[in-house]
Amino acid sequence: MSAPLLTVEDLTVSFPAGRDGNARAPVVDGISLDVSPGEVLALVGESGCGKSMTALAILRLIAKPGRIEPGSRIVFDDRDILALKVTRMRALRGAGIAMIFQEPMSSLNPVRTVGNQVTEAIRLHERVSAAAARDRATQMFKRVGIPDPAGRLAAYPHQLSGGLRQRVMIAMMLVVQPRLLIADEPTTALDVTVQAQILALLRELKDELGMAILLITHDFGVVNELADRVAVMYAGRIAERGTRSEVLGRPMHPYTQGLLRSIPRLSHRGEALAEIEGVVPSLGSWPTGCRFATRCPKVFEPCDGTVPESVVLSASHHAACHEIAQRRRTAGTPSK
Amino acid sequence: MSATASSADGANQNADPLLKIDGLKTWYPVRGGVLQRVRRWVRAVDGVDLEICRGQTLALVGESGCGKTTVGRSVLKLEQPRQGRILFEGTDILSLSRRAMRRYRRSIQIVFQDPNASLDPRMTVRDAVAEGLNAFRIGRTAADRTRRVGELMEMVRLDPDHMWRYPHEFSGGQKQRICIARALAVEPELLICDESVSALDVSIQAQILNLLRALQTELGLTYLFITHDLGVVGNIADQVAVMYLGQIVETGTIAQIFDAPQHPYTQALLASVPRVELDLGPPAARAIGDAPDPSDPPPGCRFHPRCPKVFEPCAVSEPNMVDISGRPCRCFLYDPAHASR
Amino acid sequence: MSWIGNLVAVALVLGALLLWRRARRSRLWREALTALRRRRPIALTVVGVFVLIALMDTVAWTGGGGAEGVAASKPRSVLDRIFSPETFREKSYSAPFARTEFIGGAALTFPRRHPLGTDLLGDDVLYKTLKGVKVALLIGGLTCLVLIPLALLFGVSSGYFGGRIDDVVFFVMSTLASIPNLLLLIALIMALGKGTLQVCFALGITGWVGLSRITRAETLKLRELEYVQAARALGVSNLKILSQHILPNLAHLVIITFALLFTGLVLSETILSYLGIGLDGSWGRMIDQARNELSRDPIIWWNIAAASTALFVLVLCVNLIADALRDILDPRTLNERK
Repeated sequence: MSAPLLTVEDLTVSFPAGRDGNARAPVVDGISLDVSPGEVLALVGESGCGKSMTALAILRLIAKPGRIEPGSRIVFDDRDILALKVTRMRALRGAGIAMIFQEPMSSLNPVRTVGNQVTEAIRLHERVSAAAARDRATQMFKRVGIPDPAGRLAAYPHQLSGGLRQRVMIAMMLVVQPRLLIADEPTTALDVTVQAQILALLRELKDELGMAILLITHDFGVVNELADRVAVMYAGRIAERGTRSEVLGRPMHPYTQGLLRSIPRLSHRGEALAEIEGVVPSLGSWPTGCRFATRCPKVFEPCDGTVPESVVLSASHHAACHEIAQRRRTAGTPSK
Repeated sequence: MSATASSADGANQNADPLLKIDGLKTWYPVRGGVLQRVRRWVRAVDGVDLEICRGQTLALVGESGCGKTTVGRSVLKLEQPRQGRILFEGTDILSLSRRAMRRYRRSIQIVFQDPNASLDPRMTVRDAVAEGLNAFRIGRTAADRTRRVGELMEMVRLDPDHMWRYPHEFSGGQKQRICIARALAVEPELLICDESVSALDVSIQAQILNLLRALQTELGLTYLFITHDLGVVGNIADQVAVMYLGQIVETGTIAQIFDAPQHPYTQALLASVPRVELDLGPPAARAIGDAPDPSDPPPGCRFHPRCPKVFEPCAVSEPNMVDISGRPCRCFLYDPAHASR
Repeated sequence: MSWIGNLVAVALVLGALLLWRRARRSRLWREALTALRRRRPIALTVVGVFVLIALMDTVAWTGGGGAEGVAASKPRSVLDRIFSPETFREKSYSAPFARTEFIGGAALTFPRRHPLGTDLLGDDVLYKTLKGVKVALLIGGLTCLVLIPLALLFGVSSGYFGGRIDDVVFFVMSTLASIPNLLLLIALIMALGKGTLQVCFALGITGWVGLSRITRAETLKLRELEYVQAARALGVSNLKILSQHILPNLAHLVIITFALLFTGLVLSETILSYLGIGLDGSWGRMIDQARNELSRDPIIWWNIAAASTALFVLVLCVNLIADALRDILDPRTLNERK
């Protein structure tokens, strides 16, 4: 296991909340994670949990009035991201760390050809001639499975289907061979048959380039297809983390358990789905203590007041839950 | 050859289906040129046959551009079909005048995909839910109607005291419940759910699916459930019809479609669904490439450029529905007229 | 005739009160008004004062003390009675708060009593400026009374019904927009005459195209929204859909455009005055008449300064209110204010 490529420690991103604008509420609250080269870490959660904000924070793309609180630490390739000068950060974006988004239509400039945009991406980070850049673009298009690659260079985004646009996005981001790819819901807007192809493509490219991927998604099926390790987020905090088989196979945190049980599966047909009661608390009115306390089926005394510590279930498997902590204390031995 | 979606054990509960769609074609014109002449037609729905029996749930599955939403809208006459019949309780509603159609509007209602756009931001929830009551003059006084709104809100598990609030004060899942209440206000028999849970988070989706299932039992509703999510289909539907580029390619019960899919597209669809179970075998044959533009479908069988089992007749002519083991499938592989594998 | 003026004033006040009551019934509008009061208290107050002054000039009656002869048989408004323009005058120019006349230096009839001086004919400039308020508000308000219904009629019907209606309206709109506005205005005013009503009518007829385009585009968008589709599925008639769903969701656009149109109209009247076809007693007239005064030595500045300042203050305040309204009424910000 090589040293992690990306380390995030105690990342907190805050936004102004409340009437006076002086109070700030954390959208991302003390997140820590790490990704090693060649590995896929999936950051899973429902809408509003802060996962997209985490990605933006890593790339330092948080716009005012949001800000990354001091005390956060992001280290990429032994460099402290938060201390980098703006010009160096800009050079890093796209080259060291690349990001693909959910909506390929709004990530591509509608008034320029896709070939133009990809060659621009190349020439932004490397000194190559226009012809050489075009060649590389054509090769990359071929690699990501775009039919008639040379011809497609002249196409405008609106002339391509959703799946093709996402492939163009991937080509654009990977043509400079970044070490880390952040994929924010890359397949959510795509049809299921296309989604499968894109996920397979990402897997191939990852193996080929030895890239690390931080995959942000709400879909556990996508997690199962692509991820090596998983971190489940709820209301700005990480509820549970572990390997894919640990989190999907033996989920310990009540939120993870609830989520997995609400997913309708092809094998269990016509059954009532287990529900998680209530709704996600809105930003600014988060409860003190465990944020899941208002909806948790196993809630008991300490949940309301204290923030749960992360309980170590195995070398890779952690869950932040008072109930688990207590069960282990009373059992005295690691329980499963 | 119509596709019959009857109950699983083979015996119809009612002699006639509640909704029968016969040869439906809804095309959109693409205009161009100086005089805005019609250049091409987008054949969104190109010859669809469906039947739903009372109390059943038929899922209409397909990916974007297949025309399933257009089918739903055509049933409500929100789109004007150019050909075909839509028989509701035996009456062809497409042939009805606007006035005659009004009576049927009570019987068929719809819940849309986007809960944010489904509610008028400037109307209180009470007025939104009561809209149907007002249109059909249900309830004698405003107070009557307010009481009925309260009952409906309880039915969808919302607090009736909140009826004086505005839509933006509710979450996505709650807004969707309000839309369901609005549709149920006029006591419909058929409810069309057009991707009604697709825009919701998984845990909220589970709540709404459970609610829809409970309401079906309570009120004896019939559902036409339009979706692209096979997991949802498995959870709520009795019958399934698979659509591709304007045509139905296969129909059957849940067990038939999920365990023994016949059409290569159905098989590809099932193989592409990301599963959550850990013990996965290698994926079955998947589709290649992207769905073509609905205004320019490929010649012959519409799926053939992406089909892993394509062979000679596929590019030449369009396959008709063929009956295999009691259910229809639109594929040359099963057509005895063509040399099959 | 004074009673028409009084009737108009009463009708306007009643109309405003009715709208107010209707708005207060909906919580959305109440919150919007409160937000507006909080964000633009000064601008609102200033506009309120202007409206008050205009009302003071509208309510008029004949008789009563203070005037003799011909003047006694004409209706005189509250403003007239306060200022008594027939007597409260000088012979010619005088500077603000001056004791002597500007030209010649003879003693004034009312020394130190003219805060803004007097003009060529000796009229008190403050009085004339205040008289101009009503004219300005009339230009903006009356014209919009013609313009907005026209624009809504054409825009909403072409957007909602589409097809032939859309083609016809589009043709009319494009034709109208292709004719140079000013020429059309001049032609209409020459044909109809130079009265207030005629000028407002002409301005309204020529100015509806812009708002119409906006409402048409917005209606096209609204028509496809799911809540309109749901209403159609519920069998709600087109008329009801238009009045209950489309128009209320256009209201924010109309209000904001009204505020901007208002200022545009007041400013265009200034230009019309330059061409000699403006309204009597308007600030534009004052500015036009003051053209030569700036080239004198020493300069006579108070006439044009008073009119320009009044114009500037009114336009600025209405624009500030419009800006605030745009933020408050935007449906997208509804969520953020939760």
